[in-house]
Amino acid sequence: MKHVDDYRAPERIKKLAAAIAQRQTRPCVLMEVCGGQTHSIVRHSLEQLLPESLELVHGPGCPVCVTAAQTIDNAIALAQLPDVTLCSFGDMLRVPGTATSLQHARAAGADVRMVYSPLDALALARANPDRRIVFFAVGFETTAPATALAVAQAAAQRLENFSLLVSHFLVPPAMRAILEAPDNRVQGFLAPGHVCAITGEQDYDALARQYHVPIVITGFEPVDILQGILHCVEQLERGEAVLENQYRRVVQGDGNPTAFRLVHEIFEVADQQWRGIGSIPVSGLRLTEAYHRYDAATLLPATHINVKSTHSGCISGEILRGLRKPTQCPHFGRECSPQQPLGAPMVSSEGACAAYYHYR
Amino acid sequence: MSADKPPFEYSCPVPASADTVQLDHGGGGQLAHQLLHEVILPRFANEIAASGHDSAMLDLRNPRVAFTTDSFVVNPLEFPGGDIGKLAVFGTVNDLLMAGALPRHISCSLIIEEGLPLAVLRRILQSMATAAGEAGVTIVTGDTKVVERGHGDGLFINTAGIGERIGEIVIAPQSIRAGDCILLSGDIARHGIAVLAQREGMRFDAPVDSDCASLLPAVSALLDENIEVHCLRDATRGGLATILLELAEISGLCFAIDEERIPVADAVRGACELLGLDPLYIANEGCFVAIVPAAQAERALAVMRAHSVSEQSVLIGQVSEGAPALMLNAATGTRRQLRRLTGQPLPRIC
Repeated sequence: MKHVDDYRAPERIKKLAAAIAQRQTRPCVLMEVCGGQTHSIVRHSLEQLLPESLELVHGPGCPVCVTAAQTIDNAIALAQLPDVTLCSFGDMLRVPGTATSLQHARAAGADVRMVYSPLDALALARANPDRRIVFFAVGFETTAPATALAVAQAAAQRLENFSLLVSHFLVPPAMRAILEAPDNRVQGFLAPGHVCAITGEQDYDALARQYHVPIVITGFEPVDILQGILHCVEQLERGEAVLENQYRRVVQGDGNPTAFRLVHEIFEVADQQWRGIGSIPVSGLRLTEAYHRYDAATLLPATHINVKSTHSGCISGEILRGLRKPTQCPHFGRECSPQQPLGAPMVSSEGACAAYYHYR
Repeated sequence: MSADKPPFEYSCPVPASADTVQLDHGGGGQLAHQLLHEVILPRFANEIAASGHDSAMLDLRNPRVAFTTDSFVVNPLEFPGGDIGKLAVFGTVNDLLMAGALPRHISCSLIIEEGLPLAVLRRILQSMATAAGEAGVTIVTGDTKVVERGHGDGLFINTAGIGERIGEIVIAPQSIRAGDCILLSGDIARHGIAVLAQREGMRFDAPVDSDCASLLPAVSALLDENIEVHCLRDATRGGLATILLELAEISGLCFAIDEERIPVADAVRGACELLGLDPLYIANEGCFVAIVPAAQAERALAVMRAHSVSEQSVLIGQVSEGAPALMLNAATGTRRQLRRLTGQPLPRIC
């Protein structure tokens, strides 16, 4: 545990917090992009250690939060087919679609299984040749390589009863959308360390230059996050806007080329619907023509029509773009709680609302 | 009727496949009789159980009794550090102890899934017998049902227990007072992680064993030494955070604990990191909280540390006036409120 303890050492945390307070002379708004960072900030109460004039807003980097309600409806429709077993990561089971959740569908008899990896779903497909195994592939650049690997292996093993409901997201186009919004408040970013471990630094360097905004690739422990904040504050104070890499122990400049290549062999970039935000150009992945036969959407019955999303009162779009905090939502902790979520950010442990609910 | 031998010879041949439990084992006929008299009763040997009556006839000298029941559905049935049988005995025994009662008798109801290997059943019953011996209880009554394959998960066990309350003090959440100290008997989260690791086939450098244990030595020592115990609670389902929050709510007081004082084994911390779990919310089966007046905290700790089940006992926090809540103090000087967990991070662990 030494590798973690060093980055949670109270003395280092206090010293960094003091350095930030000393360095910062004017108010600033920073966004941590990844839900894992949000979780860590709230769990370790880091905001209590920061000056009041430094505001952290919580970005769109929680895969459970950004998966569109219609995509969840599709997953439920697939799970209700008699010969389909739908496999998903645990958090996705509780997220409400437009009407219900996978968890409710399972209670009503649908075959929904929780898995830890797409390779678990692949093993299920091998063991159950008479069933169609659909893996609900969600997540960012971090989970896409494992999904791609599962497809590559299914192809190599000629497994015809395995397919994907793809809901993969890309981070840099979402950051671009936030920066281009007329009401943007974000002056600096803590970029998601694990995403960059796959993609490398290049896209973030381009964003920092084009939008003249400090970006620091940052890890997930308290010391990482405070170092990321300190670098951002120092850049803002000096009037600089460059890419820095705080998370060098994990992120190489060129990322993980093997994983990156595999993802782009199986998938191609496409426009993507983000829950609460809307469609963002080139911000998602879809299967390439060569792997189209692994697209579970082809299994959907022709009669399945997506219901237009009714407004639940959830302000997730404003939360995910950093315009409002979870506690500024009129429903927070009242009509909306992890037991009865009105929207996705209240579901996942990486969702900003759930993190605030549990740790404040 | 002897517990060891059936009283007469059977003329009808017993169906084959004697190595697994059959539906007939629960049918009240010949196989059921054999199961009871050859597999179950010999292991739980005691006069009350062997009397063959519909109810156990108990003679309790003390009219102040505690009574509790619990069902066990753990999957897998056997895990590092324990099994469903040991869990079913110690779980009920510990619940009695937490009320300040010395456990005397327990019941044992088995719901067995057709096809369970008899060898597994024998091992689990033996484990129950050993645990009962260790905790000083007799298994005096019980029941056996067999359900069709696919309608159970190997074996479910229900136990109920009766204990005699000793001393005059009322050990209950209502007895907690502002100024009390919160003592914890050992490191947390081992049971949940051990079961999860076994179920999911995870391996750690240092294997994690369940802490499943009888708390009898620690609790009886506290009572024998006349420690003025205000409340006891074992940190089972929901883990340390959940049980402390319950006590805060029932007592109407504010509980504050210090994160750095709560012992967690390195391997358990590593597993929790890896799986995104918080050890404060992971179940224990051999670890409890004692809430005592501040003036007696040091003496209570010394008494607890003299027994191996609680040798790691530590003071983790205090109770104070204030809105009922559970607060966690971090070494950085920050403070946050701990709430109930939603969902089930680890289903079927007890």
